[in-house]
Amino acid sequence: MIKFINVTKKYKNNVVALSNARLSINKGDFVFLVGASGAGKSTIMKLILKEEDPTSGKIILDGKDITNVSKRSIPIIRRSVGVVFQDFRLLQNKTVYENVAFAMEIIGESPKEIRRRVPMVLSMVNLSQKADSFPDELSGGEGQRVSIARAIVNNPSMLIADEPTGNLDPETASEIMGILSDINARGTTILMATHARDIVDSMQKRVIQIDKGVIVRDEEKGGYGDEVSYY
Amino acid sequence: MRFRIIKNMINQGFEGMWRNRGMGLASISSIIAVLLILGLVLILVLGINNVVGDIKSKFDVVQVFLEDDIAPKDLDKIENYLKDSKSVKTYKFETKEQALEKMKASWGDEGYLLDGLETDNKLPNSFLVELKGIEHTENVVKDIKALNGVETVPYYQDSIDKLIMISKYIRMGGLVITIALVLVSIFIISNTIKLTVANRKREINIMKYVGATNGYIRGPFIIEGVLFGLIAAIIAIVIINFGYEYLFEVINDKLYYILSVHLIAPETLLKDMSIIFLSIGAGIGAVGSIFSLKRYLNV
Ligand SMILES: Nc1ncnc2c1ncn2[C@@H]1O[C@H](COP(=O)(O)OP(=O)(O)OP(=O)(O)O)[C@@H](O)[C@H]1O
Ligand SMILES: [Mg+2]
Repeated sequence: MIKFINVTKKYKNNVVALSNARLSINKGDFVFLVGASGAGKSTIMKLILKEEDPTSGKIILDGKDITNVSKRSIPIIRRSVGVVFQDFRLLQNKTVYENVAFAMEIIGESPKEIRRRVPMVLSMVNLSQKADSFPDELSGGEGQRVSIARAIVNNPSMLIADEPTGNLDPETASEIMGILSDINARGTTILMATHARDIVDSMQKRVIQIDKGVIVRDEEKGGYGDEVSYY
Repeated sequence: MRFRIIKNMINQGFEGMWRNRGMGLASISSIIAVLLILGLVLILVLGINNVVGDIKSKFDVVQVFLEDDIAPKDLDKIENYLKDSKSVKTYKFETKEQALEKMKASWGDEGYLLDGLETDNKLPNSFLVELKGIEHTENVVKDIKALNGVETVPYYQDSIDKLIMISKYIRMGGLVITIALVLVSIFIISNTIKLTVANRKREINIMKYVGATNGYIRGPFIIEGVLFGLIAAIIAIVIINFGYEYLFEVINDKLYYILSVHLIAPETLLKDMSIIFLSIGAGIGAVGSIFSLKRYLNV
């Protein structure tokens, strides 16, 4: 469902964040992206989300070449890829319910459909009780669950999570991983960048390791790896 | 679906305006000030244009006086020229008898003094020629003067040239001032919207990640800007309308007495001004927002 064919990304300051990367992620995969800080993990995600364009190479998403798509079709691409960040990025002046509904309003869903789907995803992330709370009334784990609910409410075929547990304590982190596993079990492809060794080791999913922009390992059921120099 | 998106955008536009009312008030006041200045300029330009137009319309008509013993062949030639010329709007032959009647009428009570002249009418036959515009006058007069049988075509080249020039300068000056003021307003609105946008950077960022189109993100801000512009325009129109009505009442009669020209009627002015102000208000609102958003949309 996503393919990088010899993709190189050189930023304007001449930093080569990704060099000649080849990778292929299939529908339903759960993939960890590991590597030291600055290795190029977020760059891969930005390339998928079309926040950045590759310097060379090709990116295929759902069978479509998105390497050089027009600016106008970028929103359409983003609708098929949900995204979750380390810092949740919730709107402080909207309730939990509204934060999730917002993602549906933006793409013009009907109020009826919104009323049906928002409670559904909130219950998927165990937040039905908190629907009317505001973000500053939530714990870190709850905040991240809201952002996951928002990311999946429009039924994306893929979920990208950039260090989703980075700000959470281990217990809360494993709760989030449980939710991501559930989502994956329903068929959504998941690509998650992380520095959390224990999570990667315990889940034994596919691991892609990247070092200074080069993919150095792509293992079907792997651990975090010893050679990853952490910071 | 399209309709729902538009409804959403309008709601958000109003919401944004309300949330942003402090800054909004400040920028609305500044724009009102700018529009009031613009209003004064417009009143001046339109007023002077009005006077100039009045005078000019007197020069759109020339009278071609004919020699008494003109040959029918020459008369035909002149008439053919008038018929074919692209600069001539209408023309009418006026006999010396009609000319005398007209003169009598214009003399009014003293018209009887002309009684008895019918038998020895010294007034010439003439063509009354109405031109398509004052700028055609010179050429037409030159052409006609060259034809046989034309006695004279009274015509005041200097005054016309001066008038054309004055009205051109006034119009240009007004245009320059208007453009400058519009730019100032765009700057004011775009700064206000920039603040809203900065406040909502997070929101815009999130919207982009969820797959909102640029149009959808821009929409509410543009609506907000347009609302600011329209509110300012409406208030400025009300102020100018009251101010001008007062001015009109006080000085119109005096002005006519001194210069024999009228001010533009308040109703006419209000209509023109409303259209101009509302378009400018909405326009600067939209353009101002678009400017301030440019930087934020390239995510
Ligand atoms: N917009 C940018 N302009 C210039 N250089 C950038 C930009 N974004 C990232 N880089 C550089 O590209 C390299 C890879 O960055 P990237 O963010 O992909 O790393 P990362 O693996 O996500 O790191 P971390 O674990 O710290 O999040 C780094 O050297 C970084 O400084
Ligand atoms: Mg990163």
